Amino acid sequence: MKKMNRVLTILAGLAFVIALSFGSAGPVHAQTINGAGASFPYPVYSQWAYKYNQITGVQLNYQSIGSGGGIRQIKAKTVDFGASDAPLKKADLDEFGMIQFPMIMGGVVPVVHIKGIKPGELKLTPDVLVDLFLGKITKWNDPAIQALNPGLSIPEKDVTIVHRSDGSGTTWIITHYLTAVSSEWQEKVGASKAVSWPAGVGGKGNEGVASYVQRIDGSIGYVEFAYALQNNLTYIQLQNRAGKYVSPTKESFMAAAANADWQHAPGFYMVLVNQPGEESWPITGASFIILYKDQTNKETAAAILKFFDWCYQHGKEIALNLDYVPMPDNVIEIVQNVWAEEVQHNGKSLWK
Amino acid sequence: MVNPRKNRRYQHNKGDLFFKGLALLCAASVPLLMAGILAQLISSSSLSLKEFGFGFLTSQEWNPVTEVFGALSSTFGTIVSTLIAMIIAVPLGLVIAVFLVELAPPKISAFFGGAVELLAAIPSIIYGMWGLFIFAPIMADHVQPFLDKYFGFLPLFQGAKMGIGMLTAGLILALMILPYISSVSRDVFNMVPTVVKEAAYGQGATTWEVTRAVVLRYSLRGIVGAAFLGLGRALGETMAVTFVIGNSHRISASLFASSNSIASTLANEFTEAVEPLYLSSLVELGLVLFLITVGFQSMAQVWLWSIRKKLAD
Repeated sequence: MKKMNRVLTILAGLAFVIALSFGSAGPVHAQTINGAGASFPYPVYSQWAYKYNQITGVQLNYQSIGSGGGIRQIKAKTVDFGASDAPLKKADLDEFGMIQFPMIMGGVVPVVHIKGIKPGELKLTPDVLVDLFLGKITKWNDPAIQALNPGLSIPEKDVTIVHRSDGSGTTWIITHYLTAVSSEWQEKVGASKAVSWPAGVGGKGNEGVASYVQRIDGSIGYVEFAYALQNNLTYIQLQNRAGKYVSPTKESFMAAAANADWQHAPGFYMVLVNQPGEESWPITGASFIILYKDQTNKETAAAILKFFDWCYQHGKEIALNLDYVPMPDNVIEIVQNVWAEEVQHNGKSLWK
Repeated sequence: MVNPRKNRRYQHNKGDLFFKGLALLCAASVPLLMAGILAQLISSSSLSLKEFGFGFLTSQEWNPVTEVFGALSSTFGTIVSTLIAMIIAVPLGLVIAVFLVELAPPKISAFFGGAVELLAAIPSIIYGMWGLFIFAPIMADHVQPFLDKYFGFLPLFQGAKMGIGMLTAGLILALMILPYISSVSRDVFNMVPTVVKEAAYGQGATTWEVTRAVVLRYSLRGIVGAAFLGLGRALGETMAVTFVIGNSHRISASLFASSNSIASTLANEFTEAVEPLYLSSLVELGLVLFLITVGFQSMAQVWLWSIRKKLAD
């Protein structure tokens, strides 16, 4: 049912974009905002855009072409805003006179396929997870795994790693997590949207990884939170920074989000992994919007800020329905302070 | 007064000239486009050309984190998967064509001929999804265990039986290029003059002898052309390969292992590549594919030319 909702959302978004491209379909005085970038938040952005259009008549044209494409397009000034699953460094933003802010959060869930193991049964620590992805643990009945799961009978099966073959924000988040918990991972592999994986096979997109995991007995992969939830994949319990085992649920994601210290993140460059808190799921990330500080078109710029403000204030339910995690109120306040200070037209602030 | 006849001829000439110019322009646009693509590929990959030089072609490393890139594993995957496809599709395509032209009654021939051509009309994404969801499980549960059991002593058929990987990609490619090879070959076979075939039959030759000594020999040039048409498609095929090849930047002796191809690497990594050197290396990968394709096509031309010369002698 949830999946159905998401499909419908995407269809509605598509129909909306098509209607836009013919121009005549919208209201007469329609203001149009153009954006491009990350595909991970596309379902929620298009749903927001659809609702917002019904209320205000303002049209959002969002091209889900990938974060890399979004950054390239905003740099070339062909769109009004860019969207990226990975934050840009403060220095990069300053070079182009841009700001970024977090719009929506999600996370990544390791999923396994081991005969006889049900969702949420298998417990892993960060160290064991790293050793699995490094290819150091090659059998599922390895003593290190059995010691963590005394009640489970785990078969002697070869471990197959399934990773993303395409560059993606999902990979960015999980490799940053592995880097945060292991210096060996940091040295040997590192963190990026695509890395040189020590072992395993690559599937294209969440659906590619999910189908390989379901296909290959003894496999472990990682997918977006929403994707794991909607497809009933065999997720694991992971030990968090506080030493507690947590399952990937909306609550554990919100807990991680609430504990993040955005106030002290310059340029909102924040890697949300391994957050403190007893309830926090450790592999989370935010998706970002990128804007120019100096806006040339006053009306468009004001419309953009108004739209994102509406999403922050009134878009929470839509986001939760689609299994995303909305930004907490204290973070919204910090973001809007930055808008007021930095986003300008002819030296005048566009947000009060 | 101007002579109306003369005037008309003048206009006629002008029309001819105009048409000639237009045709020339259209013809010239093809090499111009090629040159433009080549120039663009070279200029966009200048960063990685400078950074890695010739080593780009011989390095197996592909690490977006440390920004060290090499084309060897992708090039290897492209060539090996194409090779598997050609080894299967060329003989199979020829046999199908022989059946359609020489053996089958006209009605059956028309039916099977249409069916084979339908294969060519299926979009590659469909091959990819079918490959991943239907064909890969069959490979994993039946084909790979069979190969392992009887040919497992060869390094080619060892390793985990996941159903995806080089062999599966090669087989899907074979299926995709089969209609090109068989339908072009069929057309070529149909052009063999009936008199020649009847003369051979009249001398008491069997169908097999006629096919081998007359039909195949007569159509050799066309067959080579058909094969290269398939080859061109296999080298550049992206979507279907991306779905089933497994996408890892490693070279393995086993055909069961996951691999990648130039086209699949581009499809996977282009959208999220932001760093200039990463992007430039991907473009250079495109340049390598361009050169491989042009290289193979030129080889085909030279070969055709030498065959033509031999036949003329």
